[in-house]
Parts: sequence; C-alpha cells; structure tokens
Amino acid sequence: MNPRLELRDISKRYPGVVANDQVSLSVMPGEIHAVLGENGAGKSTLMKIIYGAIGADEGEMVFDGTPIAAHGPAVSRALGIEMVYQHFALFESVSVVENIALCVSGPFDLAGLSVQVRDVSEKYGLPIDPHRLVHDLSVGERQRVEIVRCLLQDPKLLILDEPTSVLTPQAVAKLFETLRQLASEGCSLLYISHKLDEVQALCDTATVLRNGRVTGTAEPKKSTPTKLARMMVGADLPETHHGKAITSGKPKLSVKGLMTSADDQFGIGLKNISFDVFGGEIVGIAGVSGNGQAELVSCLSGETPTKTAHVITLDGADVGQMDAGHRRRLGLAFVPEERLGRGAVPPHHLSDNAMLTGHRLGMVKNGMINRGAANAYASDIMQKYNVKANGHEAVASSLSGGNLQKFIVGREIELAPHVLIVSQPTWGVDVGAAAFVRQALIDLSRSGAAVLVVSEELDELFEICDRLLVICQGEISPSVDRADTDVEEIGLLMTGLNTPSSVAPSGGISR
Amino acid sequence: MDLFTAIFTGTIIAATPLIFAALGELVVEKSGVLNLGIEGMMLVGAAVGVWVSYVGLPLPLAILCAAVAGALASLVFGVLALTFLTNQYAAGLALAIFGTGVSAYIGKGFGSTPIDALKPLVIPFLTDIPVLGPLLFNYDPLVYLSFILFGLISWFLYKTKAGLIVRTIGESPDAAHAIGYPVIKIRYLVVLFGGAMAGLGGAYLSIAYTPLWVENMTAGKGWISLALVVFAAWRPARVLFGAWLFGGMTILQLQGQALGLALPSEVLSSLPYIATIVVLVIISRNRQFLALNFPTSLAKPFRPAR
Repeated sequence: MNPRLELRDISKRYPGVVANDQVSLSVMPGEIHAVLGENGAGKSTLMKIIYGAIGADEGEMVFDGTPIAAHGPAVSRALGIEMVYQHFALFESVSVVENIALCVSGPFDLAGLSVQVRDVSEKYGLPIDPHRLVHDLSVGERQRVEIVRCLLQDPKLLILDEPTSVLTPQAVAKLFETLRQLASEGCSLLYISHKLDEVQALCDTATVLRNGRVTGTAEPKKSTPTKLARMMVGADLPETHHGKAITSGKPKLSVKGLMTSADDQFGIGLKNISFDVFGGEIVGIAGVSGNGQAELVSCLSGETPTKTAHVITLDGADVGQMDAGHRRRLGLAFVPEERLGRGAVPPHHLSDNAMLTGHRLGMVKNGMINRGAANAYASDIMQKYNVKANGHEAVASSLSGGNLQKFIVGREIELAPHVLIVSQPTWGVDVGAAAFVRQALIDLSRSGAAVLVVSEELDELFEICDRLLVICQGEISPSVDRADTDVEEIGLLMTGLNTPSSVAPSGGISR
Repeated sequence: MDLFTAIFTGTIIAATPLIFAALGELVVEKSGVLNLGIEGMMLVGAAVGVWVSYVGLPLPLAILCAAVAGALASLVFGVLALTFLTNQYAAGLALAIFGTGVSAYIGKGFGSTPIDALKPLVIPFLTDIPVLGPLLFNYDPLVYLSFILFGLISWFLYKTKAGLIVRTIGESPDAAHAIGYPVIKIRYLVVLFGGAMAGLGGAYLSIAYTPLWVENMTAGKGWISLALVVFAAWRPARVLFGAWLFGGMTILQLQGQALGLALPSEVLSSLPYIATIVVLVIISRNRQFLALNFPTSLAKPFRPAR
C-alpha cells in the first residue's frame, strides 16, 4: 500500500532562519500521526507547506503515490487535504453555513448545504447551528465549525494544528473520539502538538522536530514522556522547585463584590467576584478565554477603574478608583497577556521598554532620563533572566516570544512588587523559557509577594499554583487547594457545571 | 409643475451622481480597499463623457466611455495600492489630485461649451399617469440605471457567492487567501468596478445634470460619496437613503434661498451636510451593527504569505 502522504527532504528558509531542514515523513491511510515539537520548531510551517499555503524551497511531496507538482490550497482541496488552523480561518461577520460555502465547490445553495452541515455534525457528535453568525460562537464552537467544514469534503488527510489549546479537558476527550472515528474510516490525520499526554493518548506514530530538523520518530503509546521530551527539547525537561508557602496573615490583594456590566454585547459582565490573595502564595485563575478574564485583569491592573473604591484593596488600601500608575506606586506590578503592544512597545529599545515601568527606580530626575541607569537596568534584567537578545538596544519586536516574555516578567519582578498579576505567563513560550518564567514566579511568591496568575493552560496552573479559582461566564468559583483537586474537576468548573468533586467525571484523557 | 413635484424630482436627480459613486465605493470598501480618489475618477468620467459627445458620437457611447475612463483612472490607484502596497490613503489622495489635473487637461478644448443633454425617457402610458407620472416616470435613463444598479449590487453582495467572497476578503484577506481565493485579483476587479461607477457618476453631472464641462465641476461630490459610505455603515440601502437625504436638503435649501429665508446663505448651504451626517450617525449608532458591517481589513495592505 502506498503511503497517503510522503514528504521527502522538505526545506524552507526565511531570512536568518531555517524553518524546515530536509524534513521527511510518511503517513499511511487511517494513521494518526503526531508532529511534535516546541514552539518555533517548524511544525506550523511544515503543515502550511503540506496544505500549499506556502511553498517549500526544496523537496518533494507524494500523495497516494503521485508526486504533487504545482501546489496550492486549491490543489489540496482537490486531493482531499484539509486543514484546521491553529488560529481559525473563519470569517466572523457571516454565518456558519456561509463560511462553509466558501470552501465547497458546486452551486451556491445555502439551504441544501445547511442540511448537509446538520447531518455531518450529528454523525460526528459536533453540534452546530448553521445559521448563527460566527461572531457569536465560542472558541470551542468555532473549532467545531472548522472541523465540520473539513469533514464535509470527505478528506483523505486532515491536518490539525494544535487544536486543543483552547479547549476544556472534556471537549478534548470529545474531539479525540471524533478523530478516532475518522481514522477508523480511513482518513489519515496529522496532529500537531507540543502536549505529550495528548499525543500519547491519541497518536499511532510521531515525528519529532527540533529547530526545523527531524530529531526522531516514535510510537508514542510505547514510548515514555521523558523520551519524547528529550527528542523535543534536546535535554531533559526542567522541573520547577517549590519552597513551602508561608502566607501572610492579611491578604495583600483583596477583591470584594466586584461587578461590571458588559460594555457591549460581546463582552462579559463580572458578577459579584470576591477573592483574596495572600503574600507568599500563587493563586491561579483558570477558565476558557472570553469568560471575563480580560475584564477582571483590566479592573485589577487599573486600566478600568471600578465604580466604588473599596471593591479592590491593595495592602489594605482601597484602590478601585486609582489609575494604573497610582496602583503601581503602591506596589502592584502587572504582566499583560499581549506582549507586543501592551507589555512592550514593539519598535522601542529594550532599555526604553524597561523604563516604562522601571522609571520609579531613579531613572528619571527632574523629568530628564538618566540613560546610563536605564541601560544598566535593562542589561541587568537581560543577564538575570537569561534574555537572549542583541544587547539593550535591541528593539522589543525583534525578540522571540519566549525571550520577550522573560524580559517583561523580569522587569516586573525587579520592581519588587507586593502584588504581581500575570496574564498567560507562558503563552507561545518554549518549554525551557516557560520553566524559567514559572520558577521566577514561584521564587517571587516565596519571597513574600502575592502572585495572581490568569492562564488557560491547566498543566501550568497545577504546576505552580497553591490555590486555584475558576472563572466562567463572569462568575468565579470558590477557591480550591491544588492538592485537593484534579484536572477533571477544574475542567468541569470551566464548562460552567458547578459539579461537586464527588461526582465522577466521564471520559477524560487517559494519562 | 407644482412645488412638491419640483422638489421631489430635484431630489432624485441631485442624488443620482452620489448614488453611482457611493455604491461603487461601497463595494470597493467591502473588499477591504479604501480608494479616496472618487473625486478624481468622477472628474475624469465627466470630462471624457463631454469630450466623446463633443466630437459628435452618440450619448450612450459617451456614457460608456466615461465609465471606462473612470475604471482606467482607478487602475492608477490599483497598481499603487494593490501591486506596490503603497499606503492606500496616499494612493487615493494622489488619484484625487491626478484626476483633477487630467480632467482639466482633457477638457481644455471644449470647456463651458454646452452639449445636448440626456433627455428624460418617455415611457408609454406610465409617464402619462396623472400625478405619479411626472413624479416617478419622467427621468433620464441614467436615473433608472442607478436604481437597477442598486438592486444588482445589493443582490450581488448578499445573495451570491461572489459577493460573499468580496465581503470576506474585506474582513480577513489572510483567511481568504488561506482557503485559496485570489485576493489581489478580486480586489483589482472591485477597484475597477468602483472606478467605472465613479465615472458614471461624473458623466451624469456633465451629460444630464448640467450638460457641459467645467473644471472641477464635481465640487466635492466625490468626497461626499466617500462620507456617505462610512456614515451609511457600509449598507447599500442606507447609502441610497443618505444620498436622497443629501439631495433633498440641497434642493430644499436652494428653494429656501430663492424664497428669501432670513438665514445667511452660508448656513443654508451647510444644512445638507449637517442633516445627512446627523441622521446617518443616529441610525448607524448600534455598535453590533457597525461591528458586523465594517470591513475589518479596510485600508490595510495585503501581501500573500509565501
């Protein structure tokens, strides 16, 4: 039997970077094949080459025994190659069925297509309403639309680019059922991920990439996470070290009855949110994005002042109506979710970016900038936090995601804050840098500061937090100690089912 | 002709050039391209229309040539903005200035020379209906064409697959490219269409409204069309309504001036602008409505990933 897809020595170079270096892999019909690698290993580039969205510089692709000569997305669709993008390729202003109509050939018959969409979505257990606007759908629903769109084409090869990054554990389990059903029908799957547990649960074979090269192939079900990680990272996974949490007697950050109204129909209003964060501990807020995290963080950081001052207290002071600068003077530090644009000014030097929040440390006198002090401060952060960049004169946008994040986190920690709020600390950061950032947060909390982490990565929250809260539809759950809970329970809370932990959850990911 | 009939028909006629130009621009903007050069394309259309008629060719051919000239003028913008990825604001402004100059050059030989105007179309029976006949069935063919094009454009944008593609390219050209649509080619076609529509709007002014060529005779109608599209929240029916509102207020304030209203003429002249903006802003203030109709990628240069 011919392989469904065979890649021979595919290479792709961008100025200064080799994204793919002589990559070869082969997928049989009905096989679920993982492409494993850290962020920046070249996985997404390779998938885009397979789909034809970008062209390879060298190499050959063979599909069902026939070489593909002139490639492009249209060729892919004719061959039966479909792709679910990491960042969805959906149009928000039009309905589900119109989105799907854009990808199917044949007459423009929305009514007939709606029927087909319903049929396929029922067959694979992916409920969607074809007439809703994509704008009104949650991320999980959008992903279902993408998958149904691919399934309508009867694909022979389905590419999924990190499909689980936005899903709850229950939704992931559901997705895996669908994917196994597809594979059993003979469809080949290319599954891109950096999550080892998922790959072990789902995939038959794996190709591991590091720095654009294939570093090995494996059968994940027979391998161990340590072996796979070594192929991915090139070294053993770094572990974080926890000291014992000794918490302060009084909360450093306290939220009491915080309410906001949604500023438009797409926003979320916060409903009576109350929680405390004590010095010496890390508290995590879990939740699927779009459930009020952005609104909560904006209230806490001071971007959105609250209606009354006493709903947020910082070291006992009512700060609800203070602006962000005022709160920072009282000892608050904040690492926003968007690194470029909010956390750092993209075209500015690192020393200028360090000064944005570090100016309180004597870098400005009588309104004049002390360049020397700013440069020294930036260089100091770069050294301490292991930031790889071309000196303090490198512009923020030239750094990789992981290095910029280390710089921003370092800049905030060096302020010696009483309270640090961090949103998505390791989003898009490679494994090594992520471990570094996590350790830095733990160390800060153990030195007596209160740390609040908002993240969608459950594994991360379980790794670093002492207590966990879950936000869903603008409401927050009671806090649970990390030691007393597990991924299943938090996952259920994330979907809004306020199930007590005694109810046995069904169908999780096997670990 | 009584006063009401005069105001009503005056409104429809005054609105026609705006309807052509603004509907064309609406389709262009729906695809995510902002062409600020409408004024220039209208002037080129107006001058070429008169020129073709002046050398003795029939009016329908003059109108067709005006549309083609508008499309050719838009190509200047298209090449700059779509192929060379110039800033769209700058390219559009350049076209506005370029069109003004080129039209003045074209019109050198026949400036202010009256030509035969486009005559109202007499429709058997319909034009003779008392009251309704003079109100609804006593216009030149271009007025009817503007209504037909309004219907066609609305149908095209919201009922056909091609229209869906244009709208989605305006939302996310990257996603459209990723699923295999030739974004730049489609945008070129749309820009050419917008140019032809602006050319028609210009020809209406110089062939039907005031049948002669005068330098800069559009007097800002291109800019008004541009504003109409924005204030109409990119919906064809609202563009139509806005154009009528503007046309109607123009005619009313002229009547007011003729009747010797005790307001300074400057105040009266500014009324159409104020009224149109106020009314369209009020009807378009629903944020969700705006969010869903605004072409998200408007004026952003697009380069396909390689």
